[in-house]
Amino acid sequence: MTAAHLNQDAEGSRLGMWLFLFSELMLFGGLFIVYAVYLARYPADFAAAGHELNSWLGATNTVVLLTSSLLAAMAVSAVQMDKRRLAVALISGTLLCAAVFLCIKYVEWGAKFAHGLYPNASELSERPHGQILFFGLYFMITGLHAVHVLAGATLLAISLGLIGRGKITCHRYVFLENSALYWHLVDLIWIFIFPLFYLIV
Amino acid sequence: MDKTTPKPSSAPSYLDAAHGWRSWLLTRDHKRIAMLYLTAISVFFVAGVTIGVAMRLELMAPGRTIMGPQTYNALFTLHGVIMIFLFIIPGIPAVFGNFVLPLQIGAEDVFFPRLNLFSWYLYMFGAVFALSTLFIGGLPDTGWTFYVPFSTTTKTNVTLATLAVFILGFSSIVTGLNFITTVHRLRRPGLGWMQLPLFTWSVYATAWVQVLATPVIGITLLLIIAERLFGIGLFDPAKGGDPILYQHLFWLYSHPAVYIMILPAMGVVSEVIPTFSRKRVFGYNAIVYSTLGIAVVGSLVWAHHMFTSGMSDTAVFVFSLLTFLVAVPSAVKVFNWVATLYKGSIDLSPPLLFALFFIYLFSFGGLGGLVLGAAGTNIHVHDTQFVVGHFHYVMFGGAGMAFFAALHYWFPKMFGRMYDIDSANWGAWILFIGFNLLYFPMQVLGLQGMPRRYYDYVPHFKRLNALSTIGSWILAVGLVILIYNLIHSILYGRKITQDPWIGTTLEWTTATPPPTENFPADAEKEQSAA
Repeated sequence: MTAAHLNQDAEGSRLGMWLFLFSELMLFGGLFIVYAVYLARYPADFAAAGHELNSWLGATNTVVLLTSSLLAAMAVSAVQMDKRRLAVALISGTLLCAAVFLCIKYVEWGAKFAHGLYPNASELSERPHGQILFFGLYFMITGLHAVHVLAGATLLAISLGLIGRGKITCHRYVFLENSALYWHLVDLIWIFIFPLFYLIV
Repeated sequence: MDKTTPKPSSAPSYLDAAHGWRSWLLTRDHKRIAMLYLTAISVFFVAGVTIGVAMRLELMAPGRTIMGPQTYNALFTLHGVIMIFLFIIPGIPAVFGNFVLPLQIGAEDVFFPRLNLFSWYLYMFGAVFALSTLFIGGLPDTGWTFYVPFSTTTKTNVTLATLAVFILGFSSIVTGLNFITTVHRLRRPGLGWMQLPLFTWSVYATAWVQVLATPVIGITLLLIIAERLFGIGLFDPAKGGDPILYQHLFWLYSHPAVYIMILPAMGVVSEVIPTFSRKRVFGYNAIVYSTLGIAVVGSLVWAHHMFTSGMSDTAVFVFSLLTFLVAVPSAVKVFNWVATLYKGSIDLSPPLLFALFFIYLFSFGGLGGLVLGAAGTNIHVHDTQFVVGHFHYVMFGGAGMAFFAALHYWFPKMFGRMYDIDSANWGAWILFIGFNLLYFPMQVLGLQGMPRRYYDYVPHFKRLNALSTIGSWILAVGLVILIYNLIHSILYGRKITQDPWIGTTLEWTTATPPPTENFPADAEKEQSAA
């Protein structure tokens, strides 16, 4: 009786998700502090290392993620208007964007590995300190972000299943809403990562 | 609802509602989850105490007494990890927060019951990980602080231990967000913020620190793991990294964590003292605001752990000043508690006894904290036994005593049985005497210059160390009496159905022990109204 009552308090569920998002921000916040400290200490090395990242691929990924966020937000609206098919198509689009993002990321990482620019590689070890730290942070932050992309995509995939089974409807869609919120956070963090690594001069 | 006479309810108590191990391990009832935590936390506490007594035994005489340096290093690390991450941090919030908080706000359960059970499993998972380092790869010998560069170079299994702490942190975050949402969304209609019981307030404030500070240690420990596995170089001076940065990140969480430990303890004391003085608490608003003040200012003092690590004089000055500032809201609380006692009709039952011990030991430890927080004197006592003594006074004497106060206060509510008051009083006094005998000499030893974290010392320190070790035995005797009394009472104690303390908060208005739905009569009323 009241268990169902509890689950229908969408505002509470949203509050829980927002709190979780705060904790995620603090998680990445710790890494951004480390970034800020080393950027202040080695600005020239960071700029030089930043030029070695492919800013076209980074920009493409930014557009891909922004589009995916738009699709996720539209999916929530579609469910609210009881347009199930449209919602399914939009979420599938979001998942496709997530896959494209990860593929591009894979190509980028692969290129860096091919050039010996990964932690503990002899090629990287001979470079100035600031560049070693830059690439250490690059792999740490984009790696952790990729894990979050996977987590967000999993949540959205579950939402897709729930819509199919009629568990997410125009009356009860907080799970999808929270998944979309999480997805926006993944997007938002990337918006900070992109200029910090790719556009730094 | 009539406050004085709990309505006799036909609903079975939460203890009798279902039977079998599945009904416990798959439960979503916040009261049963509290019991799961209590069981696990008690086991870890006893393990931690045993290790502590063994370490004291080693220090009884100079030179090797019962163990060598490597074992000693491993044991103080394990003692720290168990006591901090498995006992004090989850202790009061996860056990009493879970049991009492929903009852105090008139709710049927926490907001996310399934998530609540999930966080217990995370806790157990993390605990198993932490303890498995005993058998896999060697127990870490870094101390619970995992300072670099030693933690990234030692051969012992720091990776597994830090991963365990990461998982425990996740459990703590999930519990915190659950409590915040519960307090926001499930308060009984008409129960305003400034009418919340003080224990609920303190758990609420703690939950915010849990949610916002814990991720920082999470990422810091991930960086340690990445350093050990891949050598990313962020803390390695050979690659341009900075070990001091690790200390900043570590204490950015771990100092607020001290308030995660002490705030719920203060909440317990704020409940116990008015109940046993038969008076309203003095200055409710001041206690609420000082709770929030401690949560905020306590998050800004972390670098006072690092006065000798290398910092600018300005930073030392600022962090020292902020440290002194935290003493203000803490002192406000002590003043409120003592003022509540003044002219009260005092009933010196075991919960109040523990609360008074708390005030004494916490104030004593807190004054030692000012010695440590002052930039000048800190240099003299840094990394000595003084720090160990201070820390145990505020943590064990503070949070630990409050844990026992809470246990003796809510025990009748939780189990529907009464413990033996005399045994509890004897146990408490013996614990208190042993406690002071154990930790006071440490403070003197620290002032005389005995460093911490060594298994050996010069013969000059012999007498005080022997005294401290004897204290550890007396303390252990007190604990055995207390724990035996409680376990015996769970099984054979006198059954009660009434509130034994005449408490005024909502948890005392329902049946003892409470039924699964907490307030079934009210739930029926609501349903018929709907």
